[in-house]
Parts: sequence; C-alpha cells; structure tokens
Amino acid sequence: MEWTTGTELVEFCNQKKCHIYEAIVIQEQKNYERTAEEIYNQMRTNLQVMRDSVNSIFEDQSMYEKKGKIIGGEAKKLRTRYRKEVPLCGMTMAKAISYALATMETNATMGKIVAAPTAGSCGILPALLLSVEETHHISEQSLVNGLLTAGAIGTIIAKHATLSGAEGGCQAEVGSASAMGAAALIEMMEGTPIQAMHGAAIALKNLMGLVCDPIAGLVEAPCSKRNAIGTANALISAEMALAGIESVIPFDEVVSAMYQVGRLMPCTLRETAEGGVAATPTGKKIKREIFSKNK
Amino acid sequence: MGQYSVFDIVGPIMIGPSSSHTAGAARLGYMVKKIVGDGIKKVYFYLHGSFAKTYNGHGTDKALLAGIMGYHPDDERIRDAFSLVHDAGIEYEFLEADLGDVHPNTVKMKVIMDTGEQWEITGSSVGAGKIKIIKINTMEVDFDGEYTSLIIYHIDRPGIVANITAILARYGVNIAFMKLFREKKGCKAILILETDESIEQKAIEEIRQNKNIELAKVIEPI
Repeated sequence: MEWTTGTELVEFCNQKKCHIYEAIVIQEQKNYERTAEEIYNQMRTNLQVMRDSVNSIFEDQSMYEKKGKIIGGEAKKLRTRYRKEVPLCGMTMAKAISYALATMETNATMGKIVAAPTAGSCGILPALLLSVEETHHISEQSLVNGLLTAGAIGTIIAKHATLSGAEGGCQAEVGSASAMGAAALIEMMEGTPIQAMHGAAIALKNLMGLVCDPIAGLVEAPCSKRNAIGTANALISAEMALAGIESVIPFDEVVSAMYQVGRLMPCTLRETAEGGVAATPTGKKIKREIFSKNK
Repeated sequence: MGQYSVFDIVGPIMIGPSSSHTAGAARLGYMVKKIVGDGIKKVYFYLHGSFAKTYNGHGTDKALLAGIMGYHPDDERIRDAFSLVHDAGIEYEFLEADLGDVHPNTVKMKVIMDTGEQWEITGSSVGAGKIKIIKINTMEVDFDGEYTSLIIYHIDRPGIVANITAILARYGVNIAFMKLFREKKGCKAILILETDESIEQKAIEEIRQNKNIELAKVIEPI
C-alpha cells in the first residue's frame, strides 16, 4: 500500500500498527532499494551534522569570531541569559530558540549544515531535537526517529505543495520545517500518528502567509529569527496536539491552502528581496553597505 | 510532482548559506570538472540573473571554484576556495552576463585547458541544491547528475545507440533515462544515459572502441 497524503499515512500506520517513522522507512526501502539499517544510519549522520552545526557556535572560539554579513553572536547572548535568569518562555524553549539561531549562524558563515528542508530553515529541527534531548532526556534512537517522522511530513508537503521560498514564501520553508518539527516532537513524546498530523497542521496554519523577504537577498535576516519563531511554534503546536487538541482543518487541506496562498503571493515577497523588510529604508541601506564592501 | 526521498527533505548535508546559491553552485562546478577532466588552466564564469546579483553575498563564487577543483557541496574547504584555487594554479574570472531566457540561477563556464582545448558548459541551480546542465559546447542538453551519467560525444551514424546499449546490457547496467541530442544529421551528437548502476571501467573501454565515438565519460552522482 502506497501513501502520499497525510490521511493515507495515518491509515497506513493504523493498519500496520506502526509509527510514522516506520512508515517512511518502509517506503524508502521500497523506492530506493535500501536496507532499514542504511536508512537509520544515514539519518544518524544527519543528526550528528546538526549537533555540530549547533555546538560549533558555542564551542569553537574562532568560528564565533567569524560572523555572517548581518547576523552573528545572537545564540550566545540567549545562552548567557537563560543560564543567568529564569527564562520567560521556559528552559526548553529558551534553549531551542538559542540553538535555532546557532545553526543559522553556522549557515551564514559557510559552515556545514543539514538542509531541513532548506538551508533557510535549517535551524528548526536541530533546535527542537537537541533542546528536548537535554530537557526531556530523549535517546539518540528516538531523535533519529523524530528526524524520520519530520522527513515523512516533508515529503507530503513537497509532493502536494512546495518547500521553496521562491515558490511559496517563508511559510513554505519555515512553516514546513515547523510542521515537520511539531510532528517529530509528538513522535518523540510518544504521541499517536493522528496527533502528529494535527500538530503539523496547527504549526503550518500558524505561519500561513509568512513572506520571504531576505535583506540583501542573504539567508540571514529576517531568516534567522524566523527560525526561532518556527521553533517556538513547533513546540506550542506539539504541546496542543499532545493535550488532545485537534486542528479544525485537516493536515492535507492545510497543505493545499498553504500552496494556494503561496501562488497568490506577489513575486516581490518570494525570495526576490524586493518586498517586505528587504525593501525598507534600513533593509536597502544594509544591502548597499554589504555589496559596496565586496566590490 | 515526483517522488521524494526522506533525504531530499532532511538533507542534503551542505555548506551554507544557500542551497541554490551555494550547494547548487558547488555541484555545477563539480559537474563541469567531471566533464572536462584534469588540467584546467582558466575558467570564465558568466553569471546570470540572481547568480549575477548576489554571488558574493552567498559565496556562489567560492562554491563554483571549489566545484571546479572537484570538491563536493558538503566540503568545508569551500570557505577557503580562493586561496586553494590559487595554490592549484587555476586562473578564473567572474563576469555578469545575460544568458537569455534561462533559470535565474544560471552560469556559463568557459574552461580553457592546459592543452588549449576549450569547453563551454551552461547549467542552472534549480533549487534545494539540485542542478541541471543545459548546454555543452554548441549542444543543448538536459540532465541533472542525480544518477550515474554516461556522456558520449559521437558522430551521428546508424547503430551507435544500439551498440552502446548492448554493451551496457551485457554488464547488467539498467538505463533509467536516455537522451540524444545532435547538431544536425550526420554531424556531432551527444548521448546522455542515466543509469541505476555504476558503470565498470571495462564497459567504458568497450564503448570507446567504436570509431564514431570521440569521448565517453562517466560521472558518478554526488
């Protein structure tokens, strides 16, 4: 039995009495003639690269000195605060958003990252997984399962909508990553497949309409802080779904709505750096400064 | 839309900051390196559209140079590509250009070899680190490097394709996609085969024995 939609995926899991991560492993084995072991191992490698992309910002002094053209140093500021004060939004979220910023800083300095689903949204999954690992003592295998769950959700969005900012705006990148992350969290917290779909639907709805307006066309601002909101949004969406709250609109319908919204978005708000905050006086000034320095 | 692997979504592992402007650019450079082989003297990069506007901000220049040196898109040496390409003795120039009605992230690479031989290869970075080679010298082509690619430069004569596919069949290689392009009847042609299996060197040597084949090259996917 094939599954290509959220509804079909949940049916598949119910029939086979399996988790979402097992469903995607079965599909991957069939489509690409690979063993389950190879698939789990490759995902474990991705997890390790994610770990390094977060840690290098905090550990490697020389890396920290290398800033992006706009961003740099924000992750460490957050860590300093959550170590000293009781974080306003709780420790899990404070750590998570700090890790999201860290990954985006690594990305901006030409460091190694895992596109998840894109480079512009690469901070969300590592942030969620690694913060929850610390605060909720999740095993490495469970983190790998979380990544596979996230990937399963992403394949559905890629097939029925888009994951590209140029096509669908930031909602397609950060929104999708957030939906993928919510499902991963629910899986790691031993929620059910249907709860994971509700969590993903809630997360995607919450960021619907988000435009892609990178200052100077660079994957730095507002991208980095949007990864922080995508991370926070995944946490609150998962929290709701785990409490039994359902998305009023089913996941598959939310995915097509997101695609429709993306198509309605003018070109200026889809990664061209011609609208939104990129087109503000300050946004334009930053662009001029960066490119005059480079010439 | 097509089929997605879970590793298309959580992945690829790459050097930032942009999958299309950095990872895709590195892959385009790499494909060119694999097509032209060793002994690159100088490369002119003609950057079109978004590539032309933002290449220095995204490290597109470093990524292209790293690719030309044969580095993969997840190689941390991309960051130091300028000094490494200098050490390798490869000259380069980046130029803005209008390449016509092509994808916004397109680059034409004119490669001068030590032997004086010249190549012109054009490719686009089409998103999520994926690429497409659209022109090799005078020939319009279309392939993406996702499979093992066999590129055959030959003279347009009857039986060439049959000869090649028979050899591949004997070595148990399954052809996933096959595209044939020619300038005009009886002239230069390119055959591009994308296969599920990798191709043994012995099979390539057999293919090269056909006197109408000028060049046969295998590019493994990255």
